[in-house]
Amino acid sequence: MSVIPLTYSDLLLAATLVLLLAGSSFALSLGISRDLLIGALRTVIQLLLVGLVLKVLFAHASLLWISAMAALMVAVATREVYARQSRPLAGGWGLGVSAVPLFVSSFTLTAIALVVIISPQPWYLPQYAIPLLGMVLGNAMTAVALGLDRLTSSAFQQRGQIEARLALGQTWRQAMSGLQRESARIALVPVINAMAAAGVVSLPGMMTGQILSGTPPMEAVKYQILIMFLIAAATGLAALLAISGAARRLFDERQRLRLDRLRAPR
Amino acid sequence: MFQPHARNSSWAPGEKCGLVAIIRTVATILELERFASRRHDLSDAPLSRVTLEIRAGEIVTLSGPSGCGKTLLLRAIADLDPATGTAVLDGKQRDQYSGPEWRRRVGFVATESAWWETCVGDHFSTPPGSGDIAALALSTAILGREVADLSTGERQRLALLRSLANQPRVMLLDEPTASLDYDTTLRLEVMVRDYVASSQCGVLWVCHDLNQRRRVADRALAVIGGVVQTADKAERS
Repeated sequence: MSVIPLTYSDLLLAATLVLLLAGSSFALSLGISRDLLIGALRTVIQLLLVGLVLKVLFAHASLLWISAMAALMVAVATREVYARQSRPLAGGWGLGVSAVPLFVSSFTLTAIALVVIISPQPWYLPQYAIPLLGMVLGNAMTAVALGLDRLTSSAFQQRGQIEARLALGQTWRQAMSGLQRESARIALVPVINAMAAAGVVSLPGMMTGQILSGTPPMEAVKYQILIMFLIAAATGLAALLAISGAARRLFDERQRLRLDRLRAPR
Repeated sequence: MFQPHARNSSWAPGEKCGLVAIIRTVATILELERFASRRHDLSDAPLSRVTLEIRAGEIVTLSGPSGCGKTLLLRAIADLDPATGTAVLDGKQRDQYSGPEWRRRVGFVATESAWWETCVGDHFSTPPGSGDIAALALSTAILGREVADLSTGERQRLALLRSLANQPRVMLLDEPTASLDYDTTLRLEVMVRDYVASSQCGVLWVCHDLNQRRRVADRALAVIGGVVQTADKAERS
């Protein structure tokens, strides 16, 4: 089965649905019409741009260009994680504490999947490498943002408790153990829920895409299981690295809580 | 009552232990010299270059107007905030202790106690003895209760017991009786005095009540014009 191509008028028809929704929300004074339209416009522009970029990348399967694209994806994900925190770490740590875990987890697990499991020729074949990295990175980004936001904002709110524990001679690890556990749980809940609900509540996006493009359902299912496990592993690794890195940064060499290392809320 | 704390020797094997060293060990537990809090979110600590010493078995009170930096000073001594100057405990510089080690020896009880577990008993590394609990007009059943059900006064007394479980060499008490009635205040004062007498630890006690100062203080200090001086002298000036 081949893909039924979509025309621009098909997309226009879909866009009118969004316009109708924006009109309704305006009529009901929900105050989200503007955000909705901007979001829709961003979707169109960003996806068209990425479509063009992928077209060029697929035409020239060069490791250098793919690495540049991957680096750009990590940079954007890092910025997004930073922007989603109400009290991020100040200075270079604010970006580094998410950039390094995102890079390490996403690149390592995508590379393992490409080299060991899927084995395309060459291993960095962009048709596989970029979508895999994108899915892994996207989920890891959400997890790291949720985990770091919970950690830093809770450390600020619960400073009395943390300092009471320090004052009793506990180490920073002991004083932060509950908070770190809670932050990791918050970070991993979306991916755990996604795995639990996969195929029952909804068909995952990648599998749906493959089925729509004519892949036999069982092949699509196998890819979906692979990607789900990759996402779970990458998300867990990135979140745990980021949370433990940020937690350590909240304490100085004498294990004093240093909330002055957090940026003031925006 | 609490078991007396085994007195720490300030000299290491092989170190010279002359008369001066012996007197110093017996007399002084904590020495501060030109000591000041250096919190990074404050441009300048209100109390700077504090020089004082706490001797074994004595309670030193510290009074002064609100906002003069007493709590900041206590937090800095407890190594909860960065500080400048010298702090020596049992003859050893602060840097020779790790942060947690220092804080186990220099106990800090804040005005408002904080709790992190649901059950009271889970906050104690070593459960307090029934005698100590009774000395503060509490019953042992309180250890099985939830923190949320405690009154502010009960929390405050338990926070003191929690800190004493470490058998600290120095106790830093920041208005420990602020939320207690008169009878319980007296009980707490007696308990601290008994503990100090038996353990030979030292106490720096922030208090505003002149009567309390008279009841508990072996020496009284006051903050006047950003300087720590003996209370009598400060009050005369």
